[in-house]
Amino acid sequence: MGAYVAKRVLTAIPVLFGVLVAVFLLPRVVFGDPCRAVLGPRATEASCEQFREANGLNDTIWEQFVTYMGGVVQLDFGESIKFSRPVTEVLLERLPLTIELAVLALTLAILVGVPLGMAAARWHNSPVDVATMGFANVGVSMPIFWLGLMLSYLFSVVLADTMFALPPSGSFSPGATPEPFYEVWGWDVTNATFGDGFLEFVAGFGLFNALISFQWAGLWDGIQHLILPTIALATIPMAVIARMTRSSLLDVLSQDYVRTARAKGAREPRVVRRHAMRNAMLPVVTIIGLQLGALLGGAVLTETIFGLAGIGSALFDAIDTRDFPIVQGFTVVIASTYVIVNLLVDISYGYLDPRVRLK
Amino acid sequence: MSEPIYGPGDVGASETLAGEASREARREQEDARRNAGFDGVDLVDTPDELLAEPASTWRLAARRFRRRKLGMLGLFIVVTLTLLAIFAPVIAPYDPLEQLDRTEDVQRRDPPSREHIMGLDSNARDLFSRIVYGARLSLPLGVSIVLVAIIIGASIGAIAGYAGGWLDNALMRVMDVILGFPALLLAIAIAYVLGNAIQYVLIAVAVVTLPQYARVMRASVLSIKEVDYVAASEALGASRRRMLTTRILPNALTPLVVLGTLGIAGAILEAAALGFLGLGAQPPTPEWGQMLAQEYTLLRTSPHLVIFPGLAIMITVLGFNLLGDGLRDALDPSLND
Repeated sequence: MGAYVAKRVLTAIPVLFGVLVAVFLLPRVVFGDPCRAVLGPRATEASCEQFREANGLNDTIWEQFVTYMGGVVQLDFGESIKFSRPVTEVLLERLPLTIELAVLALTLAILVGVPLGMAAARWHNSPVDVATMGFANVGVSMPIFWLGLMLSYLFSVVLADTMFALPPSGSFSPGATPEPFYEVWGWDVTNATFGDGFLEFVAGFGLFNALISFQWAGLWDGIQHLILPTIALATIPMAVIARMTRSSLLDVLSQDYVRTARAKGAREPRVVRRHAMRNAMLPVVTIIGLQLGALLGGAVLTETIFGLAGIGSALFDAIDTRDFPIVQGFTVVIASTYVIVNLLVDISYGYLDPRVRLK
Repeated sequence: MSEPIYGPGDVGASETLAGEASREARREQEDARRNAGFDGVDLVDTPDELLAEPASTWRLAARRFRRRKLGMLGLFIVVTLTLLAIFAPVIAPYDPLEQLDRTEDVQRRDPPSREHIMGLDSNARDLFSRIVYGARLSLPLGVSIVLVAIIIGASIGAIAGYAGGWLDNALMRVMDVILGFPALLLAIAIAYVLGNAIQYVLIAVAVVTLPQYARVMRASVLSIKEVDYVAASEALGASRRRMLTTRILPNALTPLVVLGTLGIAGAILEAAALGFLGLGAQPPTPEWGQMLAQEYTLLRTSPHLVIFPGLAIMITVLGFNLLGDGLRDALDPSLND
């Protein structure tokens, strides 16, 4: 196991490094003149010079790279041009909402996708199977920005005056944002120490914050706001997980040891749950890990449609305004997370299935 | 008889999915046999093939494909959309750019009516005509993205697999780096830094998708290199070029066709997402994603402006996905045994 983990980690390191280099090079190669891109085409030569000096763009490319890598290691990505604040600060402010949304969406996708796939395999070629596969086919073909719009049309226009009405945008109703939990608890959080920053970050998880400080009205309001974005974001992963679970379980159900289990008289539900599911879940674990990419890409679209202030919408705004410290910092964090999560999935796969380690 | 195409060497999405595909196909075939047995009519579906003259792989595949209802549905959708795109000027009742409130008694954003089955958009243009013309853009765009990605990706994969050693390592690590980014985010970044034009969307989406073709091609080359008949033709002095064109490409064709068809679906979806985010075709060009972007704030009052372009994207993508799945089941070499 140790050797397997070491090998996996060693193959992930060059990829991570390559991702960092690509993020460094992309804007420098293609943005052209960052000064005019940021300050506008009519910026004077003097202000451009000042801008380049301030952003270290007069250094050689190697010096810039060393500064950049040094920053990456310390999680310091410079200062946002638009917000005039450190990129890390903006990131920490926006990250909780995206994490909350992604976790909710992935949870929903697994809780619905796995049982659907199981049912489809258990009753292969039955109406349940046909319906599941139909849903899966439509699900992977759905433009999620359109799905999001259709959901918000249905729940906030058509059903506007019924009990099913849901808000079309934002993460809380205006004026209904719950207090940070540390204020509810009467903690004195004023000076900007590391610990206080951490508390603020935790309080950024809106639903979690409302939950631990018992602000039920705020919690309910937040949940209502996140239902539609969660469904929109969960649809594609759900469809992929359902398909994978189905085909993997079908495969396992045709194996000899399952036949043995049936032959010794085990009932079908027991065969599926006790004998087949354990092995069938292995490829499903991998596919769940790979959904992270879809979730992060989907977050840009979902957050844009539902007006949520997460990292997806922030990244898109930053690309739009050519705020490249933000683009760079966010991309580094997102891509590294993606590489690391896939590494962890690989390792867990090796842990669950010893045969993988020997390949 | 060909070896399974999905060779050793790669652990990752493409292989997992390929594995899923072949297992699923095998499973379904077994099922078909079992059902046939229960019915007591036709124990195995080979007698025809034994009596008739030997059918080619592609004939057999076509026969298998015709039995897959969903695949046929996909084919029907794709053919219909292609005809729609080709004959757009004949089919579309209006010029997609014509503002009808100047000549007719209509108002902008009129809901669907008998004359305008999908209603009018914010500039009083006939929405149905715009959607039909949109097919002229989205279909060729999706196909070109995949062609570019296949040509570049397959070449990289073939070189990597053939050369081996450090070149293989270097090329495949670059592919891994591309896969290291969430696809849509990388496409957004590339399209944005290149600029707002449809050809940049093509490049952006092609770049993020080419690693999968490189991986499949490399795996193909690696698995074929090990096969006896390839060693035989090498021993007979076949040139590298001949080896590539007569031994390796035909074997890699099947997975490339299947992946490519599914790839068109993905490419159209991503291109539409980029269009929705304002990257790519600019107004007044009728591009589905961009049409949605222009009108989605009017969802409350004029839902038809949002419903129809989205439906067009979904049906197109669904068509290519169903066609691709059908082809995969029909062409998968593990069924040939």
